[in-house]
Amino acid sequence: MPRIGVFICHCGENIAGTVDTAAVAKNAADFPGVVHSIDYKYMCSDPGQNLIKEAIKEKKLTGVVVAACSPRMHEPTFRRACAESGLNPFLCEMANLREHCSWVHEKGEATTEKATDLVRIMVEKVKRNRPLYPISVPVTKTALVLGGGIAGIQAALDIANAGHKVVMVEREASIGGHMAQLSETFPTLDCSQCILTPRMVEVAQHPNITLYTYSELESLEGFIGNFKAVIRKKARSIDETTCTGCGACIQKCPTKKIPSEFNAQLGMRTAIYVPFPQAVPNKPVIDRKNCTFFKNGRCKLCERVCPAKALRYDQEDMLVELNVGAVVAATGYQVKDTDFFPEYGYGAHKDILTGLQFERLASASGPTQGVIKRPSDGQIPETVVFVACAGSRDPAKGINYCSKICCMYTAKHAMLYRHKVHSGKAYIFYMDIRAGGKMYEEFVRRAIEEDHVNYVRGRVSRIYKKNGKLIVKGVDTLLNSRPVEIEADMVVLATAMVAQPDAEALAQKMKVSYDENKFLSEAHPKLRPVEMNTAGIFVAGACQAPKDIPEAVAQASGAASKVIGLFSKDELSREPVVAVVSRMGPPDFSTCIGCFLCESACPYQAIEREEIKARDGRLIKTVAKVNQGVCQGCGTCVALCRSKSIDLQGFTNEQVFAELVTL
Amino acid sequence: MKVGFFPGCSLEGSAREYNESLQAIAPVLGFELSEVPDWNCCGATAAHTLNHKLALALPARILALAEKAGLTELLVPCSACYTRLAATRDELIHDEALRRDISSIIELPVTGRTKVLNVLDVLAACASDGLKDKVRKPFAHKVACYYGCYLTRPEKLASCKRAEDPQEMDDILRLVGAEPVDWAFKVECCGAGLSVSRTGSVAELSGRIVADAADRGAEAIIVACPMCHTNLDLRRDAITEKRQTPYSIPVLYVSQAIGLALGLSPRSLGLHRHHVPVRLPERPAPSPEPALQPSGPKED
Amino acid sequence: MAEFEPKVVAFVCNWCTYAGADLTGTSRIKYSPNVRMIRLPCTGRIDFMLLLQAFGQGADGVIVSGCHPGDCHYTAGNFHARRRWILFRRLIEFMGIDLRRVHFAWVSAAEGAKWAELVTNVVDEVRKLGPYQSFPKRLDGQPKPVEVA
Repeated sequence: MPRIGVFICHCGENIAGTVDTAAVAKNAADFPGVVHSIDYKYMCSDPGQNLIKEAIKEKKLTGVVVAACSPRMHEPTFRRACAESGLNPFLCEMANLREHCSWVHEKGEATTEKATDLVRIMVEKVKRNRPLYPISVPVTKTALVLGGGIAGIQAALDIANAGHKVVMVEREASIGGHMAQLSETFPTLDCSQCILTPRMVEVAQHPNITLYTYSELESLEGFIGNFKAVIRKKARSIDETTCTGCGACIQKCPTKKIPSEFNAQLGMRTAIYVPFPQAVPNKPVIDRKNCTFFKNGRCKLCERVCPAKALRYDQEDMLVELNVGAVVAATGYQVKDTDFFPEYGYGAHKDILTGLQFERLASASGPTQGVIKRPSDGQIPETVVFVACAGSRDPAKGINYCSKICCMYTAKHAMLYRHKVHSGKAYIFYMDIRAGGKMYEEFVRRAIEEDHVNYVRGRVSRIYKKNGKLIVKGVDTLLNSRPVEIEADMVVLATAMVAQPDAEALAQKMKVSYDENKFLSEAHPKLRPVEMNTAGIFVAGACQAPKDIPEAVAQASGAASKVIGLFSKDELSREPVVAVVSRMGPPDFSTCIGCFLCESACPYQAIEREEIKARDGRLIKTVAKVNQGVCQGCGTCVALCRSKSIDLQGFTNEQVFAELVTL
Repeated sequence: MKVGFFPGCSLEGSAREYNESLQAIAPVLGFELSEVPDWNCCGATAAHTLNHKLALALPARILALAEKAGLTELLVPCSACYTRLAATRDELIHDEALRRDISSIIELPVTGRTKVLNVLDVLAACASDGLKDKVRKPFAHKVACYYGCYLTRPEKLASCKRAEDPQEMDDILRLVGAEPVDWAFKVECCGAGLSVSRTGSVAELSGRIVADAADRGAEAIIVACPMCHTNLDLRRDAITEKRQTPYSIPVLYVSQAIGLALGLSPRSLGLHRHHVPVRLPERPAPSPEPALQPSGPKED
Repeated sequence: MAEFEPKVVAFVCNWCTYAGADLTGTSRIKYSPNVRMIRLPCTGRIDFMLLLQAFGQGADGVIVSGCHPGDCHYTAGNFHARRRWILFRRLIEFMGIDLRRVHFAWVSAAEGAKWAELVTNVVDEVRKLGPYQSFPKRLDGQPKPVEVA
């Protein structure tokens, strides 16, 4: 038999001013199942809460309805009060008499009648409430960081320094990402590698971090606190434990003409190589596609010169299984190549470069030792044209968004060029100048005022080669749209920043959402920038959207803090407003018919399949099962279920129907 | 093979050598040109700048007449006519209500089932049908293939694949023994209809085209459109004046270049009708090394 | 006879429309007192049997309101609700319920004024349509009571 207590709050004059609270309390006392009904000035105050607590104990209440303000305001308050008196907090409901009644209606009989109705609705619901208990999910305190660029490095260090274990997986042979390729960073013109390499070393040496380079994520299963990841360690062809990183193999390798990925195809590397001299780990890798031994069966020079006998030609890919509690996706970006632009020559002109290629030219450790030289003939260019927004903000090219970093790095490139070639002329064709960060505007001003970079507001429609020069055809919109033609020695295109080519495949492996540009989707664009809709997976860096280094670092620390928060308890406690599939004894076991419509509809992939077997192992039926660690309690599955076998705790069909019956 | 033929106004007038050369090479290459009876003007630029329905009705009537004559394909040599007919066909195919409306205006049923082809489409078909074997006198010259605007734009109607650096005409010329040069003004504007109203602009724009072709060592410019020909050939005096430099590089229709390669006489191809005299230096056949391959690794 | 005052039931989602209605209250915007709100975590939870039950229990009009498409707190619940609405419109009509009695809306947590306007408009429209008659009612015009445990 239900014993419901009803507590009507006056909320000072807020409710009592329009609603006859005494009348409501009196009417409520007559509702079937109500054994206690009072009204009071301030239910949320200490004396008010005590009234509830005492009533629970004295009248042995089985349910409580507090008719007051919005549950979004005080539901936790009153549920806590109930819990303190020994009544399960989920047996307490609130009727919203303030925001939904007294504040929006005139004083009168209709308003009091509505208030009474609202109380009656909640009384009927509460009579069908069941006690619910928080769900505990164990947490494995190891984090998986995918990507060894600056974002991944920052996240890994933050989590590791907080005392938790981290496994970092990086696809290339060395960590460092694109930041390692940069010459200097805006707005300070800090040497990029100088600020990056100490962090790279810290990651490699950190006792809490296990680093897998030349490795990729093979699969990811499980849920928050309990993921199982499989990593594919690709075969380096080197025994990392014996290799000393002396580099003798690299010196002797006869295949020296492979375009270097690190140098953006401007320089060459050998078949056995480290991507760059400061690589971490400083252990080489054999590029089996281009290695003479792997192609023709002849050579093995590296083995002969290796003092540590570290070569292992028969090494195979290795699969490593890991249990982790959280994942941070920091897989970064790539930039469009020059062949993306038919109007600029389909990538056929060697002296038209991408911004990243220009970084390598400007870099002291680059293919030209920091001297700006034309790739075609090695001459120093006297006129360089920089084209901003190459591909970005261009629906015709399929890239609608702004790549964010190009205005700044183009200014930087023009400045570096002017610093290195004093007599050189630099032109930047731009649409807008986006320099919103700290000290960014001042940086661009410097380029214009101190380094005399010529900014021309207009786009470049065509670039073609004539007599060894690149003819750049553009327009100056600030000078009445006058056509501008510049004979340049070199053109640098600030090409669009796009997602990695396998970003979609990786997102599908992790079962996380991504947008039409294949950037990973954050849980909420404003208020949850480092979480994803899949619980336990966090995101940092340019894989989420174009951004610069300070933002990537900030986001990485944000993601790390979420992971550290998650790991701060041994068990994860969750609200029990989750879906539950009906189960009963034999012969039915469940009314679920196994159509799994719920499984496909669940936005969180929280529905699994459960095989119900007889004692002899024979399969009786496969039914749906809700993973209570992942379910967020939206109830979509409940509405979809054909056999009404799944229900949402806290908002069951019974409860909602009961609310309707009161009409 | 039999293919419908819509000469359009210019092939009957200022571009009659284009017509003559097409008529001359057709039997040699194995196709029969069947002219659409009672054809009308396609409307060109004038119609579509004035009235959308008129701009559709004029080409629609041509398509309707072609259908009535049982023609499944229609060769439209002039690029402007081609784009008007192709665009009209596209609109009629996708909009049933419009099709009925236009049908009632022209008082003829039209379905759009006749395919509209430009001269490069037809020549490409011939290329795969033994064109090379029919070459008697290889056109051993350096040529600059000029595509103009309508063969590469708009993208959905164009048969050329690389809008900024098309190769279809270049490929055909290569087959007949020519050496197409890689040049920068393949698809740049010649000034088009401004030929009459703003000849100065045409002199400037077409002048740049002619100059680049000549500077790159081309011995002839090859075109596939009467408008292109007019601006690059007929307006040569204005170009010379604008640039203060004489350019003698002749402009040939693609059908004329092929005709010469097939061994036909210059007279039968109408070469005498050009404003700039067609004088091509005699050269031995080019060496067998392949011509420039644009889709390979970065060059220059 | 007293002037007919319609009873309108609103099935709302907790995160957007319920919060939006709270905002109406905080802003003290007045609207007709005819609506009774049923709070649910998400519009995706709404089985259209609930709508039929509402009419069966004496509602004259029904509002279904949740987060704007793309903004669902649970990512996709409102998409399911929208699809169901498209499927069930015909069925509701077939059941003899005038579609003008059922309103499907998106009200976000910031749209307090919109909620008030929506309720007022729906109540006005349902008032014009008169009481919902198809399901059996008692002779005095009140719906048949259903036994409650």
